[in-house]
Amino acid sequence: MNAQSVKTYLDETLLPYFFCPGCGHGMITDHLNAALLKLQLDPHKVVIVTDIGCSGLADKYFTTNAFHGLHGRSVTYATGIKLANPELKVIVLMGDGGCGIGGHHLINAARRNIGVTVVVFNNFNYGMTGGQHSVTTPPKGLTSSTPLGQLEHPMDICQTVAVNGASFVARTTSFDKGLPDLLIAAIQNEGFSLLDIWELCTAYYVPNNRFSKSLLQNTLTELHFPTGIIRQSARLEYSQAYRQSVAEEAGKVPMLAHPIQPKYKAELDQRLGIVIAGAAGKKINSAATLFCRGTVLSGLWATQRNDYPVTVKSGHSVSEVILAPQEIGYTGISKPDVMLLLFKEGLSIVQSQMTAMTENDSLVINRDLLPIQTRAKITPIDFKQTGHWANKKEYWAIIALARVLHEMHIYPMEAFKEAVSARSEFAEDNLAAIEVGEKLEQN
Amino acid sequence: MRELINGAQAIVRGAIHAGCNFFAGYPITPATDILLNMIRELPKVGGIAIQAEDEIASMGFCIGAAMTGKCVMTATSGPGISLYSENIGLAIMGEVPMVIVDVQRMGPATGGATTVAQGDIQFLRWGTSGGYPVIVLSPTNILECYSLTCKAFDLAERFRVPVFLATDKETALTLATVDVEDFTSIPVRERVHSPIGSEFLPYRVTAPDEVPLFSVIGGAHIMRFTTSTHDEHGQLTKSPEKVRKLNERLAAKVEAHLDEISMVKADLQPAAERLVISYGVTTRAVEEAVCTARQRGSLVSSLTIYSLWPVPEKEIKAAFAGIHKVIVPELNLGQYRLEVERLAPDGVEVVGINRVDGELISPEEILEQGGLL
Repeated sequence: MNAQSVKTYLDETLLPYFFCPGCGHGMITDHLNAALLKLQLDPHKVVIVTDIGCSGLADKYFTTNAFHGLHGRSVTYATGIKLANPELKVIVLMGDGGCGIGGHHLINAARRNIGVTVVVFNNFNYGMTGGQHSVTTPPKGLTSSTPLGQLEHPMDICQTVAVNGASFVARTTSFDKGLPDLLIAAIQNEGFSLLDIWELCTAYYVPNNRFSKSLLQNTLTELHFPTGIIRQSARLEYSQAYRQSVAEEAGKVPMLAHPIQPKYKAELDQRLGIVIAGAAGKKINSAATLFCRGTVLSGLWATQRNDYPVTVKSGHSVSEVILAPQEIGYTGISKPDVMLLLFKEGLSIVQSQMTAMTENDSLVINRDLLPIQTRAKITPIDFKQTGHWANKKEYWAIIALARVLHEMHIYPMEAFKEAVSARSEFAEDNLAAIEVGEKLEQN
Repeated sequence: MRELINGAQAIVRGAIHAGCNFFAGYPITPATDILLNMIRELPKVGGIAIQAEDEIASMGFCIGAAMTGKCVMTATSGPGISLYSENIGLAIMGEVPMVIVDVQRMGPATGGATTVAQGDIQFLRWGTSGGYPVIVLSPTNILECYSLTCKAFDLAERFRVPVFLATDKETALTLATVDVEDFTSIPVRERVHSPIGSEFLPYRVTAPDEVPLFSVIGGAHIMRFTTSTHDEHGQLTKSPEKVRKLNERLAAKVEAHLDEISMVKADLQPAAERLVISYGVTTRAVEEAVCTARQRGSLVSSLTIYSLWPVPEKEIKAAFAGIHKVIVPELNLGQYRLEVERLAPDGVEVVGINRVDGELISPEEILEQGGLL
């Protein structure tokens, strides 16, 4: 379309505005229309995103795209829209209420410098719900929910976003004749812009506080809140920054599979449950995964279920591994056939499983954890006798698994060796650990 | 050729196959694997994946991007679904096609972060104000994590509604062996756009149970999206007639199309008097239990529900034929059993097998407590 042909961005069939007489919202909406007229943006490329509250009534008047969302979340929709299509001009209209409930989003939008323009219709109270106090209500301000006066300090919206990285921040009042120019500057800024516009709520804040245009100015002065452009800085806009940062990823093959071609043969003819009980940070899970890969290399099926606390480097770490000649459904192990108990942290977690074990089952245990009550056949490992491996506890699981493999011939040791060689940075140590396990003498 | 992968990876692979090109999420155990995989993988296919400042923003980003033409997904766990709640309502009201993965962990509240559960099953259906329907699919294994993620995108595009993938810590994070050839891809329908040059109204429909044609924000038409009760222009309305039409349509567009949504696996034995109804991770124990029971000469039927919501009533009722007792094992205190009970004919006993201690229900428990032997 010919952008020069835009005569108004307002749907004049819907005018006059639905705002209260004297409310500043209509003035701001007019100024925004004036700013858009000067910019002559294609209405198809403009999105007005509104919040909840009286300011949220404004989008309906615009002939641009509109998105009317939840209270305080307008900035999040705007961020999604801008990220998805950076060529759009995304303008958020929100009240001081939205800045309160959605303050977290304002701060993070500023930190990202996402290219949206936030226009705050700031009239110090919640008009739509009957004049309750907001985060910007001035000290001692009378509202329906502060009948004895506001006790809380007003939030400085501009400084809040400015210190958090916003690239254009300004404050003024709805009476400012320079408002369209500030709106133009805010919209033209590539990154995150916020324009805090102080105005009058003639339904509540004005009558409750005998507030007026001159008191608006006085309040700004008393609070030492600066006006005009507060911050303007050049900083790469987020949707551009994101695209630049991932540019080299484009075209790479997603979800690179690590296919395993079975090439060894295993004798296992029934399901075998192995529980490896240890401590966090001791590579229990990674050793179990390597063991599983060896299993699959041997033509068997494997599952691996891990249990750990939310802390990564402390507490227990338990892996339950099931091996079977066919596909495995249920992944639980109520009675393990083999248990490797390597560190005391795992003991309490596997206690009931250990109790269920019988004389036919095998417990491979770190000698330091003896004595232990179990009916299972005990195979102790004395890690102190493994030379320098005694101090390399993160290899104990590999050593113990190699010991089990050597003893029980579940699948060929060569398959385990091939599996641990897959990650080259640890391959040498892992292979050495397997050899230690193979050569461990019983007792 | 085989692979050792977990459900989270299969979900990501399914999403990419389905054309997902936008993801936003917030770290939460046990769903974080999906976030991290998406952040790593989506840029490779020209997509965008970011960590938002919280769960509310995750939903907001996804919804904004969806209405700008992206194919979106987010993933979280129960506590995150709580925070998604208001935006789930917005996505229903504004008719946003999106996929939400819930990797269930034990609740309530923070509950057990690394503990398996199926405690969100009623919550997903009733988790936002108004009571309007959503679609919930639940995979029982890794291959289904892949195929049902594809299906979730397909249904989201078809019905312009949030589609949940209800999985759990066990299914998402347990590694399992799969045959690469066994991944079944499900075709995903394209979003139906309003033709360029035609008159466009954002919420105009051709039938009282249909969805409006889509037009992206920033595209050929002026698009108006609203979370408020609206007319076909997307303008707020209080006209009782228009309000009724909208609200009834939001329900009918899903509930009048059960034949397009219902997915079950009916493994029924003629003359069986006992039926096990299950979904999600619990199905895997059921399959073993049923297999064992049959090997020992018992007659047992089994019905796996893949589309939990809307409830596949026709398929469930059909499975009741000749049945005297229905067993519903669940890792909650009997949530889906409520649905089975309301559908069961008089004289049919419905019993639950329930665990909320973080342990899986075993095949042995199903055999014994279900009296299947």
